[in-house]
Amino acid sequence: MNPQVEMNRWKRLVVSDYWVLYLSIACFLVLFPFTPRLASIENIRNIFSNMLPLLVVAIGETIVLITGGIDLSVTSVIGLSSVIGASIMSSDQGLLAGNPAAAAAGVAGMILAGVFVGWLNGIAVTRLRMPPFIATLTSMMFFGGLAVWLTQSRPIYDLPARFIELGQGAWLWLPNSLAVAGVTAVFAHVLLSRSLLGRWIYAVGTNPRTSLISGVPVNRVVTFAYAASGGCAAVASVLYTARLETGSPVLGQRILLDVIGATVIGGTSLFGGKGNALWTVFGVSFICLIDNSLNMLGLSYFVVTMVKGGIILFAALVDAARSRILAG
Amino acid sequence: MNEDMLLEYEDIEKSFFGVRVLSKVSFALRKGHILGLVGENGAGKSTLVNILGGVISSDAGHIRFQGREYTAASPADAFRQGIGFIHQELNLFTNLDVAENIFIAGFPVRRIACIPWIDARAMRARAEELLGSVGLAIPCDTLVERLSQGERQLVEIAKALRLSARLIILDEPTTSLTARESERLFALMKELQGRGISMIFISHNLGDVFRLCDDIVVLRDGLVVDAGPVERFSENRVISLMVGRSLDHYYPPRATVPDEEVLLEVSGLSHPGIVEDISLTLRRGEVLGVSGLMGAGRSELARILFGLDPYTRGEISVKGLRMPSGPSRAAIRSGMAFLTENRREEGLLMEASVADNIALVCLPSFTRTPSGLVDSASLKREVSGAASKLRIRSSSLDRQKVRTLSGGNQQKVVLAKWLLSGPSVFILDEPTRGIDVGAKHEIYKIINDLAGRGAGVLLISSEIEELMGMCDRILVMSAGEITACVERPEYDRERILRFALGRKPV
Repeated sequence: MNPQVEMNRWKRLVVSDYWVLYLSIACFLVLFPFTPRLASIENIRNIFSNMLPLLVVAIGETIVLITGGIDLSVTSVIGLSSVIGASIMSSDQGLLAGNPAAAAAGVAGMILAGVFVGWLNGIAVTRLRMPPFIATLTSMMFFGGLAVWLTQSRPIYDLPARFIELGQGAWLWLPNSLAVAGVTAVFAHVLLSRSLLGRWIYAVGTNPRTSLISGVPVNRVVTFAYAASGGCAAVASVLYTARLETGSPVLGQRILLDVIGATVIGGTSLFGGKGNALWTVFGVSFICLIDNSLNMLGLSYFVVTMVKGGIILFAALVDAARSRILAG
Repeated sequence: MNEDMLLEYEDIEKSFFGVRVLSKVSFALRKGHILGLVGENGAGKSTLVNILGGVISSDAGHIRFQGREYTAASPADAFRQGIGFIHQELNLFTNLDVAENIFIAGFPVRRIACIPWIDARAMRARAEELLGSVGLAIPCDTLVERLSQGERQLVEIAKALRLSARLIILDEPTTSLTARESERLFALMKELQGRGISMIFISHNLGDVFRLCDDIVVLRDGLVVDAGPVERFSENRVISLMVGRSLDHYYPPRATVPDEEVLLEVSGLSHPGIVEDISLTLRRGEVLGVSGLMGAGRSELARILFGLDPYTRGEISVKGLRMPSGPSRAAIRSGMAFLTENRREEGLLMEASVADNIALVCLPSFTRTPSGLVDSASLKREVSGAASKLRIRSSSLDRQKVRTLSGGNQQKVVLAKWLLSGPSVFILDEPTRGIDVGAKHEIYKIINDLAGRGAGVLLISSEIEELMGMCDRILVMSAGEITACVERPEYDRERILRFALGRKPV
């Protein structure tokens, strides 16, 4: 075969929008012979239940990254939301214990808490001109601490059954958590690719000065992005809390690097202006698949972390190569 | 070779991207003399001294310095050879103290156990001495950020004196100084001259040039048009030499004449230190020029008009309605468009596609309510319509990134972006800067077209010729004020330049 053609085929593959999806499929096919259980219904269900909340958080993170920022506070939002929701609806000393509307009020409280923290982040970044890294690092520490302080580090049990349904139940054949994550992803995709706000989000991430002069309400757009990220983290918190049937302040504490890693592997740029919801879906699938299959192979948590680090490095190198190919 | 000469330029040439900036420049500087280098913006003054300072290299020709063939590979190299360079934008580290700044290029070092340590005591002692010699009575551990512009300038000179510079280049040193600070600087220059140090002084202020300099070199379009001892020149003669050429038929004629209706009215607009009591009217179909030297406040005025910078007094109204102060959205809604002088950083989304750039301003009017979704089909039609009307040459509007377009095409993208929002007042700040001749001509035609269809254009430019070719009237700014409004029959380069220099006509 002509090496030139071969080369172009590789290039085309690497620069394709679906590159991470192909990579995931390749991984699956390579690992499948070693652990046939990988493809079992039970395991696939397991992968999904890990993936869906992560996906919801990562979609919010994607929006913030496209504006050229970063949101480190998502894990604290998950913990804080979980605690707030649980203390509203728990039948053991909850604010609305036993009330039939407890589940709805709990979910509303959780989302509001997330959006509020995100909004604060947005204000810190726009009005106070704090670097996003510092602003959200600060709120990660503060709200993470607040969640632990509120509960004195004790988990809250006895959540209403209607709430737990959200994370574990299904409507006909469709699991509720899949529906929630799917709606979030589709909504974010339409927002980013078709709406005015979405166009503005990309513009602000590409060049805030040009955007401002061209009439884009830069501060409002950026604030929205952080609020959306907070809201997404709260939705993920609903899924996690319902799945574990427990309100816990330390929920999701370990996932920050998975969130950012998955988003970046998907192809969203840390420098802003580039990324989309679909890429993040692929990135999250890839991370979860790797996680799961390495676990299935019986590797320890530490080895899994090491391998994941290597894979993220690999993805970053490929991303750099992609940029070079696209630029050249 | 003359013994008295410190520096000799011989047939120096330089081109950037095929455009000749300096052609066969030759002149000489005596030991202990101050040489005034004058010329319009873009005449090649900075290029000339940047070659000497090791910032860029020349394409051809020789420089002799202190009797030897001279080349500088870098600014540090030039400094070591005894040439100090004081730039218009000062090069100090504001977060370091004065002594550290003076020694930044080579700290005095003492070795203790083979590890080099900065000899702070020696550094402070020498710094105090240097500060004394420039007459700056401040402790040398003061942070530079606490100093005024004038004091910083003196620190720069102290820095240049550290390696006993024989020649100091001062590129527009007084633009950011107060009158008193300038006087202090001039006194120091005279004193340094007394110590046998030569200087090259670049300034738009001819009064200062005549006061300080022994010799004058006049540059125009990269050529030395005259050079000699200061006694041979008068201010008026220097101005004539600077502007030189006559106007050619390079500017397309406009068929229409301005209307009576006033589109933009500004009265008494002031902001301390930026603009002072600016009043102007822009009529329907008019192209109103704004001339002035760098730092005269032209771009600052444009930014204030467009709501990007604040103002303390005065009023701006568009089509009779007072414009609220605030973000540019208000200006856009009231029908203004603003092409900034900084195309790359403020005009375009360089990494986005041509279509996305053109669509940016008009997006809200293509958004359906209440869904908030963009009507991409009709947007696309409008965008490609605007692109073809302005003849933007792009292989694919949707896929080609603006970064890969030529300068002229990039500027047309900025214009197209504003055209789609249907504005009635265009503020164009240096629309033809850095684009080639053919594209310039096209931009001029677009400007005429805009005026012909009833828009008002405020055209800011450093090229007097361009303004004379394009505008119905020219406002001249100097030091934040409008010093004159020149009508077309009175167009005269010397006259305009004299107003720009802040002088009354003779």
